[in-house]
Amino acid sequence: MIKKYGIKQLSIFLENRKGRLLEVTEALKDASINIRALALAESAEFGILRLVVNNPEKAKSVLSSSGFTLKEQEVFAVEVADEPGSFYEVVKILTQNDINVDYTYAFVGGASKAVLIFKVPSDMLEKALGVLDQGGITLVKPMFFYD
Amino acid sequence: MWNPIESAPREELERLQAKRLRDTVERVYHLVPFYRKKFDEIGMKPAHVKSVEDLKNLPFTTKQDLRDHYPFGLFTVPMDQVVRIHSSSGTTGKPTVVGYTAHDMGVWKEVMARTMSMMNVGPGDVVHNAYGYGLFTGGLGFHYGAEEVGAAVVPSSGGFTKRQLLLMKDFGATVLCSTPSFALHLAEVAQDEGYDLKKDFRIRAGFFGAEPASEGLRNALRDAWGLVYIEAYGLSEIIGPGVASGCPYGNLHVFEDHFIPEVIDTETGEVLPEGEEGELVFTTVTKQALPIIRYRTKDITVLHRQPCKCGRTITIMESVKGRADDMLIVNGVNVFPSQVEHVLTKIEGITPNYVIVLDKKGVLDKLEVWVEVDDRTFADGIGALETLKSKLQQEMLNDLYINVRVKLVEPKTLERSMGKAKRIIDKREAEGLKS
Repeated sequence: MIKKYGIKQLSIFLENRKGRLLEVTEALKDASINIRALALAESAEFGILRLVVNNPEKAKSVLSSSGFTLKEQEVFAVEVADEPGSFYEVVKILTQNDINVDYTYAFVGGASKAVLIFKVPSDMLEKALGVLDQGGITLVKPMFFYD
Repeated sequence: MWNPIESAPREELERLQAKRLRDTVERVYHLVPFYRKKFDEIGMKPAHVKSVEDLKNLPFTTKQDLRDHYPFGLFTVPMDQVVRIHSSSGTTGKPTVVGYTAHDMGVWKEVMARTMSMMNVGPGDVVHNAYGYGLFTGGLGFHYGAEEVGAAVVPSSGGFTKRQLLLMKDFGATVLCSTPSFALHLAEVAQDEGYDLKKDFRIRAGFFGAEPASEGLRNALRDAWGLVYIEAYGLSEIIGPGVASGCPYGNLHVFEDHFIPEVIDTETGEVLPEGEEGELVFTTVTKQALPIIRYRTKDITVLHRQPCKCGRTITIMESVKGRADDMLIVNGVNVFPSQVEHVLTKIEGITPNYVIVLDKKGVLDKLEVWVEVDDRTFADGIGALETLKSKLQQEMLNDLYINVRVKLVEPKTLERSMGKAKRIIDKREAEGLKS
């Protein structure tokens, strides 16, 4: 299932320094890369920018050659109804199956749907996809994000 | 003045130095294979050394030589004559070890008594000694000096700032011995605690050393405490504190009847004339356990031989201007960049690409190590990165004995802003001192 539903996310290490976020986004713009989803985690001194883009391979090479420290991560996405309780349903299934969520972020996909992106420990990914699928949750294929 | 030799005519002093130098050269040549080998290599015999002038023909000794003969390889006495051993931190491996016979302890007390006498410290004085007691020579050196002149010593050592202030006030301390930064820290905490420094305390003299102090810091201490600032200079390889001492006129006098100073060109090793700046070199001429010939201190200074207003005729050295190598002194503790590098390479995955940034936090030195995070080290999680950071900080504390703040930075940062080779940024002098 990982092959079918695994989504490549790029995590970029950023110092909390003026203009650094601008430089990442500028590099992506210049390479005509579209950001489909993003989240920024931050500590006192540094942040981690997490991106799902339309062309992960190209984004990776562009950012690497611009000198950014980055890591490619396998995440997955689910589509839920944009209404109260949807997120709860997904988290409940993961929790019942002892799957820890490293982090998650979401966006409203339009047409009363929302898309949730999850990162779980890599040795739990296959299991997570399996239990969610069985639980009737709609898994989102990478093609939804990629060109 | 504790000893009339400090103001003796120079000819008398040089005769004494020459005799002691001849004895020391005989001693090391016959008792230490390391020296015999070095002398033989250049065809030197002890008989070739007749006066202080001949010193320039003798080989140098370095800190590395001390390490190579760890622990007791350069001692000239059997261990049953050694009554004290001190040690200072090493770079990556072995520390340097120094030993004293009972006679050497006598020399140390003597020169520390001379230091104390710069301000006529004696019976009736209460000496608050906040230098660290332990392997570091600072604490015990001042302790013995104060006892030798008959003062009452309060061996408070470092730390516990508020309690120290209470004792200084209640015991009526008249003399403070500490690093200059700790003395300013004491003053600032005292102000915060609501003390009136000049009314509540009776400190008339401060003996400050073990780290460089700018004129701004010296003035801040004079103003805060209303004390006379006496600079203390020393290094454990020579004896500890007591190699040279400031006088009330602000000149730093070398006790050269025990430790003969020279200034050399750090590149060529040539002796430089009086008044020229170079690396300070010492030869001990009265020590027994660990006599040392032409020890390269790496300290950059200038020597002057004119008499001082205080009456002393012994050589004056200027305050140390810097280091010939890249050793850093952080709150009195020696730190080498190679130690930092060593810690980084111990942590799996970290490329030893780093920059050391020294700054002042309040009055205390603050050391930051900026470590590059590359694609291999980068873990996608704030928690994982914070763990890496605290692990590095813990390792630095274990190896360097100081608190280091680790900052994780992007690879490009270091190269862009300061060039690859520059590993050390010292902001302590540049930003001036808070007073």
